[in-house]
Amino acid sequence: MSNAIELVGITKRFPGVVANDRVDLSVEEGEIHAICGENGAGKSTLMKILYGMQQPDEGEMRVFGRAVRFTSPTEAIAAGIGMVHQHFMLADQLTVLENVILGAEPTSAGGRINFGTARRHLGEVGRAYGLTVDPNDLVETLEVGERQRIEIIKVLYRGAKILILDEPTAVLVPHEVDELFRNLRDLKAAGSTIIFIDHKLAEVLAIADTITVIRQGRTIATVKPADVTAGDLAELMVGSELPTPTATGSTVTDVVALDVAKMTVRSSDGRLVLDDVSLRIHRGEVLGVAGVEGNGQSELIDAIMGITPSTGTLALAGDDISHASVRRRRELGLGYIPQDRHLEGLLLPAPLWENAALGHQTQRPFGRGPWIDREGARKRTEEIREEFDVRTPNVDVSAQALSGGNQQKLIVGREMSADPIVLIAAHPTRGIDVGAQATVWDKLRTARANGMATLLISADLDELIGLSDSIIVVFRGKITATLDPATITPRELGEFMTGSNQTEGAA
Amino acid sequence: MTPLRRIVLRFAAPVSAVVFALVMSSVVLLISGSSPTNAYGDMISHASKLETMIDILNRATPFYISGIAAAIGFRMALFNIGVEGQYLLAAVFAAHVGGVVSLPPVLHVALIFVVAMAVGAAYSGVAGVLKVTRGINEVISTIMLNAIAVSGLVAFLVKRWQAGGGLASGSATRVGTTPIDESGLLPTLNSFVEIFTRDIRSNKELTGMLVVAVVVGIAYYVVINRTRFGFDLRASGINPFAARAGGVPPKRMVVTAMLISGAIAGLVGLTEVMQVGSFSANPIRGLGFTGIAVALLGRNSPIGVGIAALVFAFLDVSSGVLQFTGAASREIVVIIQGIIILAAVVSYEMVRRISDREETKSAAAALVGSPA
Repeated sequence: MSNAIELVGITKRFPGVVANDRVDLSVEEGEIHAICGENGAGKSTLMKILYGMQQPDEGEMRVFGRAVRFTSPTEAIAAGIGMVHQHFMLADQLTVLENVILGAEPTSAGGRINFGTARRHLGEVGRAYGLTVDPNDLVETLEVGERQRIEIIKVLYRGAKILILDEPTAVLVPHEVDELFRNLRDLKAAGSTIIFIDHKLAEVLAIADTITVIRQGRTIATVKPADVTAGDLAELMVGSELPTPTATGSTVTDVVALDVAKMTVRSSDGRLVLDDVSLRIHRGEVLGVAGVEGNGQSELIDAIMGITPSTGTLALAGDDISHASVRRRRELGLGYIPQDRHLEGLLLPAPLWENAALGHQTQRPFGRGPWIDREGARKRTEEIREEFDVRTPNVDVSAQALSGGNQQKLIVGREMSADPIVLIAAHPTRGIDVGAQATVWDKLRTARANGMATLLISADLDELIGLSDSIIVVFRGKITATLDPATITPRELGEFMTGSNQTEGAA
Repeated sequence: MTPLRRIVLRFAAPVSAVVFALVMSSVVLLISGSSPTNAYGDMISHASKLETMIDILNRATPFYISGIAAAIGFRMALFNIGVEGQYLLAAVFAAHVGGVVSLPPVLHVALIFVVAMAVGAAYSGVAGVLKVTRGINEVISTIMLNAIAVSGLVAFLVKRWQAGGGLASGSATRVGTTPIDESGLLPTLNSFVEIFTRDIRSNKELTGMLVVAVVVGIAYYVVINRTRFGFDLRASGINPFAARAGGVPPKRMVVTAMLISGAIAGLVGLTEVMQVGSFSANPIRGLGFTGIAVALLGRNSPIGVGIAALVFAFLDVSSGVLQFTGAASREIVVIIQGIIILAAVVSYEMVRRISDREETKSAAAALVGSPA
């Protein structure tokens, strides 16, 4: 069988790092080829090169046997390569059809969009690849899995023969993953070649025909799934055994640290987004919150932090903080690792020491009365840098100069070094590499042992099950189940999250 | 990045903007048949006279205060376009109150300042309150408040409060508000300047407001960089969501920032009031808009805004000589000022990208060699 893609000796250097170091990759036509590696291994760079978003410093690329050199994604698309990004690029207020044709609109005379042609073409694409969508649906009404399907159709509509999917399962719940895999197999049957980037080993083994492992910018091995186990792959990926998030022994006490009673939040248009939620976290306990995004966990966090108004009562270590400001809550011992570090966690152009002060500027050593204590703040930031392994030349560089993992370690360090009574940790290890992940888990476990209470929100079900002492499931703004992480599997948890299992689980 | 390189990068943008503007203006001058060297030469030789320097400082003073008023808003990503209306309204109130009361010297001056700042703050506070209660963009509301103040309220109040009679006088000659007693006026700095140089001729007076401008600049620096309030303000400007999650109350910050910006804006018009001794029927306009330009060119830094104010004041004042020497039309300086601003915006962005890239590079370089 001929090769759809052939990369030879691809090297890409960035200032200070070699992202790709003489990478070789051969993808056969009509196969599903998985690219595995931890965050920062160079997968994304390689795919960006393949898609024309970046140009290699050295090496050759051949697509369907023809030597190519892309300077932009437009050229890659013309050569039959399409990319489905991890973060969807869809316009919510437009229909499926409008989104699909956006940027590739068939026009009739006078520059008017010919929707008839577009609709026909979309129908043909859908039938050819077995992907069903209603072209008239508004994208904002669609679920995550459906949105992803639109992204795939967008690429196929533009005539792609080779699809690159960048961590497509990261945003999906288990049953949506199954659906995606069915679609991918159909695509393969229809003759498409698929490059599938992932680091969840079970998924890779389930779907791929061939697996290429990348580590530190180099191709380590190309294997067939039948010949390897998940353990083998993990070893190839990290060079050693993969760390797992496990909490050893219970440190749960009977002292209530955070008491949320009958918390209700309405959205600005009056919809109930959090409906009568009550929960308790004890000192030394990690309470996990599972739920598909958009079911109220963001509102729960915002209400506990005091960012959005809510009804109900909230007590922190016995003090009623229902009406306290965000600042007061923080001063009283509420720590917060926001779910999106760029959106809510950091002042990107500001120096690290100012970022470390954010949220703690009223307290020592960052503030003294009405003044900012620059010396104290720098010193504490140095301590955070040491203790939380934030890799940076000094504490005066701006936060945007750091990698995602180091930014996250800074945030985790800033919140945990304040010794909070309760820590709200929203996706504390999202999008960071294995090393940083291990550091964060380690710190969370240590603090738990020292009596910190944690509310852990995570989309990484292994993390949730591994770290939590107890898991609640939120579904459509309500707590629908309380589960024991010792007995639950990710698949069962996924069923609770999607509401397909409404029965009360074991407590 | 070495310290030297950092300094070079910091000054690269404004300097290249000014140079670029001079080059472009030379092209314009050449096309219109004038000699750029003659025009610039005349301006510089004019500006090197002591009396012209006094004029430049007198002009730079309100530019600077206005620039700082705008910069306070910018630091919080608030666009206070209303400095124009705020300073005119504040000045007419302050001049009127100062004109009708009799007080001992220090108290009299203090009262005028308090009235000016309070009126400026109150007027910009309207925009702040509208923003937090009704979500009205401060750009829109301050533009409208400008229209109300500049062409409506101020004209009405000047007429109402004009010296010797108010609305009923029906006098054809336009006069300003009631003159302020000597006790209400800041002393000039002439005697201070004359310690170092020759006597100042042709009745030129260096405004005492220059000292106020310097105090405003220092206070601005201290508050923004050293206080918790300044930290909250900057944090809100850089990332309002992160600031909110960090306990900064967003609404209160918006209102406070608008109040402070307005209070400082209230001082802008006092330079003229102190010189004239009343609010004249034909006050200098446009200081608020120039302040925005000056803040932009000076990057909201207390020193940078000062330099920018001096550059703009130099261009304004020294261009006056062009109509006497005939080397060029004086409107050329408006072109220069406009190009400086455009070029500054572009070059600041370019320099920002370069230094971001260098910083990322140095941060990444620091990681190489450390264990993974």
